[in-house]
Amino acid sequence: MSTVPRAQVLLETRGLSKRYGPVQANDGVDFRLHGGEVHALLGENGAGKSTLSKILYGFVRPDAGEILLDGRRVELRTPRDARALGIGMVFQTFMLVPALSVLENIELFLTDLPRVPDPRGIATRIRALAERFGLAIDLSAPVRQLSVGDQQKVEILKLLLAKARVLILDEPTRVLAPHEIEALFRVFGALKAEGYAILFITHKLREVIRCADRITVMRKGRITGSVDASRADVETLVAMMFGERPAHAPGLERPVARPIGAAPIFELRAASSPVSGREIALRNLDVSVGAGEIVGVAGVSGSGQKELGDLALGLRPLATGTKTFRGEDVSSWSIARMREAGLAFIPEDALGMAAIPGMSVRENLSLGAGRRYHRGVGLDWQRLESTMKTSFEALSFPVPPLNLPVATLSGGNVQRVVLAREMAHEPRLVVALYPTRGLDFRSAAAVRALLRGACDRGGGVLLISEDLDELEEMADRLLVLFAGAVVGTFPRGAWRPEEVGLLMTGAKEGARA
Amino acid sequence: MPEAAVIATFRNSDAVRAAARFAGVSAVALLVFALVLLAAGKDPLSAYAQTFRHTLASSYGFSELLVRMTPLLLAAVAVALPSRLGLINVGGEGQLYMGAFAASAGVFLFPGAPAWLLLPLVVIGGFLGGAVWAAIPGALRAAKLVNETVATLLLNYVAPLIVGYFIFGPWRTTENSAYPESSPYPPAAMLPNLFGTRIHAGLLIALAALAVYWVLMEKTRWGIEMRAIGGNPEAARRLGIAVPVWIVAALAIGGGFAGLAGMGEAMGITGRLRQTLSPGYGFAGFLIAWLAGGRPLGILFMSFLFAIITAAGDTLQISQGLPYAVVNILLATILFVVLASRGGWGVSR
Repeated sequence: MSTVPRAQVLLETRGLSKRYGPVQANDGVDFRLHGGEVHALLGENGAGKSTLSKILYGFVRPDAGEILLDGRRVELRTPRDARALGIGMVFQTFMLVPALSVLENIELFLTDLPRVPDPRGIATRIRALAERFGLAIDLSAPVRQLSVGDQQKVEILKLLLAKARVLILDEPTRVLAPHEIEALFRVFGALKAEGYAILFITHKLREVIRCADRITVMRKGRITGSVDASRADVETLVAMMFGERPAHAPGLERPVARPIGAAPIFELRAASSPVSGREIALRNLDVSVGAGEIVGVAGVSGSGQKELGDLALGLRPLATGTKTFRGEDVSSWSIARMREAGLAFIPEDALGMAAIPGMSVRENLSLGAGRRYHRGVGLDWQRLESTMKTSFEALSFPVPPLNLPVATLSGGNVQRVVLAREMAHEPRLVVALYPTRGLDFRSAAAVRALLRGACDRGGGVLLISEDLDELEEMADRLLVLFAGAVVGTFPRGAWRPEEVGLLMTGAKEGARA
Repeated sequence: MPEAAVIATFRNSDAVRAAARFAGVSAVALLVFALVLLAAGKDPLSAYAQTFRHTLASSYGFSELLVRMTPLLLAAVAVALPSRLGLINVGGEGQLYMGAFAASAGVFLFPGAPAWLLLPLVVIGGFLGGAVWAAIPGALRAAKLVNETVATLLLNYVAPLIVGYFIFGPWRTTENSAYPESSPYPPAAMLPNLFGTRIHAGLLIALAALAVYWVLMEKTRWGIEMRAIGGNPEAARRLGIAVPVWIVAALAIGGGFAGLAGMGEAMGITGRLRQTLSPGYGFAGFLIAWLAGGRPLGILFMSFLFAIITAAGDTLQISQGLPYAVVNILLATILFVVLASRGGWGVSR
C-alpha cells in the first residue's frame, strides 16, 4: 500500500468548478497533490477550501472539471468511491461512535469487514500501523473516554486501515492542545516518509510554515498561488490570502472625522464568559462603543465572535467583568430588557436565529418589540403595521405580504424582514454579525447604509465581520479578536491589512496601537 | 374562472382539508376493521348498524357519547397546548388522577361546605392538582435536567399510587365495601347534570377549555410567544422571550386541563375517588391531539370519534359477543392510517 514513489503527482484536479446559487465556491481550480508531501490549503472563510476538499472526497460533485488519480481520470460520485480509490478524509467533527471501543469504531469503517469479524487479526493490523506511524492507542477503550487528540488518531487509523493513500484533514489542529499538535505533525512526518499524501486545511499560518512542504492559497474560489513552504513567509501568505486592497468607489467612504460622544453607549470591561462544549471562552474583553461610532471586530471564524454577540445581547452570562449600556450596569439584564432599552441584534443567520419560519411575517415583526405594542392581552396590530411599514420604507425595502409564513420568503427577504424589525425603533446599539454575508452587492450596500444611518442618529454599532474590506470601509475603530481575546485595537485608517491578517491568524502577538 | 378560484380556495381551506381527512381516515379504518369482524365470523354490516343504533341514533346513546367525550376533550387539550411549544406531554393520565385527587382533598377538607363554595373549590382544586403535577416535568425541562417526555410518562405511574394510598387509608369508605374507594362526596360537591342525563357540567368546562386553548394560542400575545418557541426556540430566546417560564407555564396549563378531566369524572360520574377512575383517557387524549394536529376543531371531531369507538366496544361486547378489546384493534388501525398518511412522527415533525 505504501509503494507510491515520492514526488509523483498522486492527485490532480483540472478546472474544477462548483456553484451554490449565487456563490461560485470553486472557480476553475487546478490543484496538484504529490505523494510523500504534506500540503496545506489556506484561505479566508468562504474561499472554497472546504468545497475543494469535499469534492476530492466525493462528498460534493463538481459542476465542471476533472479529477485525476495516478494520472487516470476518476469519477467520485460518493465518499465510498473515494475511499475505494484510497482517498480518506477526517472531518472537523469526528465520525466516531462514542459508546463503542476504538477497535469497534475502526471495524465499523472497514468495507471489507467479514460477517464474523476477526478482532484479533484486525487488532494486530492496527497495532502494526500504529507503531509505524506513532499512533499508539488503547484499542479496548471506549471512544468517549478518549481525548480529542486520541480521537483524531482513531480517525487517521481508520483511514490507514482502509488503505487510504491520500489523507484530507479539515482544520485538524483547531481543537488540539499544543503538545497534541506536535504529535500530529510527527505523525504527518512518518506518513510522508512512506509516500502518503496529506492535505490539510488550516487558518494558522505559523504551523503551516513549520510543518507543510507545500502551501496552496485560495481566495474567492480560485487558487491564488502555490508555494514551497521553505520559500514562504507569513507576509506573502497573508497577501495571497487577502489579496490586493481594491480601491474604494468614490462616495462610499465616510468622512473620517465624525463627532463621537464622550461617554460610551455600550461598554464591556474585563469581561469573560464561561464555556461549554465547543464554544470559545472570551477572555478579559474590553470593548466600548461610543454614540455615533462603528466599532469593527475582525477575526477568523471561531475566534469568539458569536460568543461576543451573545454576551452583548445577554444570552450568555458574564463570568467576570461588567457590561454597561446607556450609563447603566446591565450585566445581569435579560435579553428582553436589553432589547427594550434599545439594543438591536442582527445575527449571522436570519432564518435560523432571528425568525420563526412557520409564523407569518406580521407575527414575526411583532416579536422582540418588548411592551411597545401591548394592548390588553393582545397586540395593537395597526400601530405595529404602520411602524413596520415606515421602517421598510426607510430602508427602501419592499414590504412583503404580511400574511405569508416567513418560510416561504427568499433568504434575502427574510433578512430584510429581520433588518426592518430590528431597525424599527431607533436602536441605540446595533450588534451585527456578518450582516452582509451572502448578500449581493446592492443589498450589502443597503445594509451598510442602514448601519451608518443608525450611527448618524446617535446610536452605536458593533460590527462583527470577516470581510476586511467592509471593516475598512465602515469601522471607526477596529478590534482584532483571536481565540476569544482582543489582540489588537486600531483607530480608523491606522491599520495595515497585512498586520491585521497576522493578528487574526495568531501569527503575531497582540499589539495595541 | 372566478368560480374555479373560489373552489380552489375552498378546497385548500384548512377546515375542509381537516374534514376530508377525518372522513378518509374513518372510512379506511372502518374498512379494515370490517375485515377483522369478518375474520371473527361476524357480519360487519349488522355490527356497524347495531353500533349506530345504540350510539348516534338513540338519545340515550348520544348522551352517553357526550359523557365519554368530556374527559377526552380535556385530555387532548392538555397535550395539544404544550405541543405548540414543541413539548411532548404524555402525562395526561397522571395529571388526570392528580386533578381528581386535589379536588377530592378540597371536598374532604370542607365536607359540610355549601355547593356555591364546593363547586368552585373542586374546579380550582382539579386544575391546580394537574397543573402542579405537570409543572414538575416543566421545571425539570426548563432547567435542562430531564426531558419532559420521560418525566411526564414516569409520573403517570406515581399519581395512581398517591390516590391509592388515600383510598386505602385516610379516605377509605366506612361502608362495608370490598372495593377500595373513598367515601362518597357530599351531594353539594357533585357537578350538576344537564338535560336529565348523565351529561354533567364538566362538558361545559371541556368546551370552555377548548375555546380558551384557541383564544390563548391564536388571539393573545402570549400565544404568539409560545408558538414562537415551538417554531424556533433559538430565535425565540434571542428575541427576548422567556423560554423557561413558558415551558413551565404551558405544561402547567395543559396539566390543569387534564386535572379538570379527572375532577369531572370524580365529581360528575363516580361520586367517589377510585383508582380505576380512568380507563386511559389521558393516553387517548394524546392520540386525539396528535391525530387532530392540535387544531381545536380537529380535537372536537376526534374526541367524538373516540367516544363512538369506545361505545362501540360495549355494543360489540353485548350484542356480538366480541371481547371489548377488539376496539383496540380499531383504535390501532386509525392510528396507523393517520401515521401513514402523515409520514410518521419522526419524519413529519
